[in-house]
Amino acid sequence: MKKKMNEQLKNKYILATLSALCVLLIVVSFLDSSVIAPVKQVSGFLITPVQKGINGFGSWLSGLTDNFEDAQTLRAENEELQAKVDSLTEENSQLVQDREELRRLRTLYELDEQYDEYEKVGARVIAKEPGNWFQLFTIDKGSQDGIEPDMNVISGGGLVGIVTETGPNWSTVRAIIDDNSNVSAMISTTSDQCIIAGDLRLIDEGSLNLIQLTDVDNKVHVGDKVVTSYISEKFLPGILVGYINELNNDANNLTKSGYITPVVDFRHVQEVLVILEKKVYVPSDSKSVQSQTDSTSANPADAGTTSGADEDTGIEPLNDENTGAEPEG
Amino acid sequence: MKRKITMAVLILLFLLLQSTLCQKIAVASIKPNLLIILIVSFGLMRGRRSGMLIGFFCGLFADIFFESIMGFNAIIYMWVGYLSGYFYRIFYDDDIKTPLFLISISDLAYGIIHYCFRFLLRGRIQFFGYLGRIILPEVFYTLIVTIICYRILYMINQKLSLSDNRGVDSLV
Repeated sequence: MKKKMNEQLKNKYILATLSALCVLLIVVSFLDSSVIAPVKQVSGFLITPVQKGINGFGSWLSGLTDNFEDAQTLRAENEELQAKVDSLTEENSQLVQDREELRRLRTLYELDEQYDEYEKVGARVIAKEPGNWFQLFTIDKGSQDGIEPDMNVISGGGLVGIVTETGPNWSTVRAIIDDNSNVSAMISTTSDQCIIAGDLRLIDEGSLNLIQLTDVDNKVHVGDKVVTSYISEKFLPGILVGYINELNNDANNLTKSGYITPVVDFRHVQEVLVILEKKVYVPSDSKSVQSQTDSTSANPADAGTTSGADEDTGIEPLNDENTGAEPEG
Repeated sequence: MKRKITMAVLILLFLLLQSTLCQKIAVASIKPNLLIILIVSFGLMRGRRSGMLIGFFCGLFADIFFESIMGFNAIIYMWVGYLSGYFYRIFYDDDIKTPLFLISISDLAYGIIHYCFRFLLRGRIQFFGYLGRIILPEVFYTLIVTIICYRILYMINQKLSLSDNRGVDSLV
């Protein structure tokens, strides 16, 4: 009996000690996340190859089941795709013309170097955050391939997210649909600023929140393109995020909010491209860096005061020109 | 010793499956929570000490790989394991109702705690939205997976107990 009591007491001691340890860890990681970085590095180094293997096995399995899909579905799909190819070919020829025009306009505005020449590296998604609450995933490239935290990640022509942590051969990416994610963006036609915030409640619709849109002239419409803003601290300007699918006036009548449909299919992201170039961000004073708490939050108010805003003058005329040329719908 | 190695392998295996294979079997972007199955099952079959330690290590590794806040999952999972150890006394061999019940309660509690600390504190107050869309579907899916998983875990435990008994008389 006494032995049993001792055993129970010991259990409670262990529980209390480990609880205290956990609380300590939580506090430490809140205050300074660099302390635990080495642990993550080592464990990531060990675990990444295994995750790659299992993931490969999983893909192989799902590939196997895909083989059993009946021919009818495939035929229907083929027909559908053929129609899509036709429409895309048509669209493509139009776009080629547009690109030619764009090239001419760019040389005109000496913005040649704008978006095309970012150096990128391709990576494969090998694991996702274990719970259902957040949208973090791991990719199989890391600091060895030149990836650093805060680099932008794109896929299929649109913004996927931002690198939050890196190890030698892996990195963690926070998707823009993550509940913690805030991206400073703008409407490409009017260059009105807004914020794109991920929201867990919208996973079914596959859309994102668009908030704090200042659109005084009422020129923003549903269907307009949303791109990353030039005043964002961490996102390179002009990366396509998505298209507006709903727009409402806020209660304060000053700003608008709504929803956008991202161009990236986040459920099926398998390969991504990491842009090996970081936004050059020169903080005007140390305060503005400290005030930024979330890794992906980019507060336009902060960024507006930085020297990075200088380049606004270079971009502004083009956007204004675009607005003028855009036929009002 | 054999038990410890097996447990370590099991924890790693479940973590890896959770972060990779679960992705492929997710229904409506909801994944089952394999870790809670492992923790509660062993808490129930082996008592408080085992549940607590397995919970702690599962949570810690999950934190290391995927969380920005270390120790958050560790502390929740540890308490889940410890509390499920209280049901060790009413554990019967081929009864699947108790583990099913315990796992669903644990997963529910895990979801609610997660919501409270990671979402409610950031001002996302629509509790029932999250309950209906994330927490309850996860509980339900986890339950279904439990029916398959629990048998396997039970067999592993049975094997381990046998080899334990053959050596020194087990105290627990």
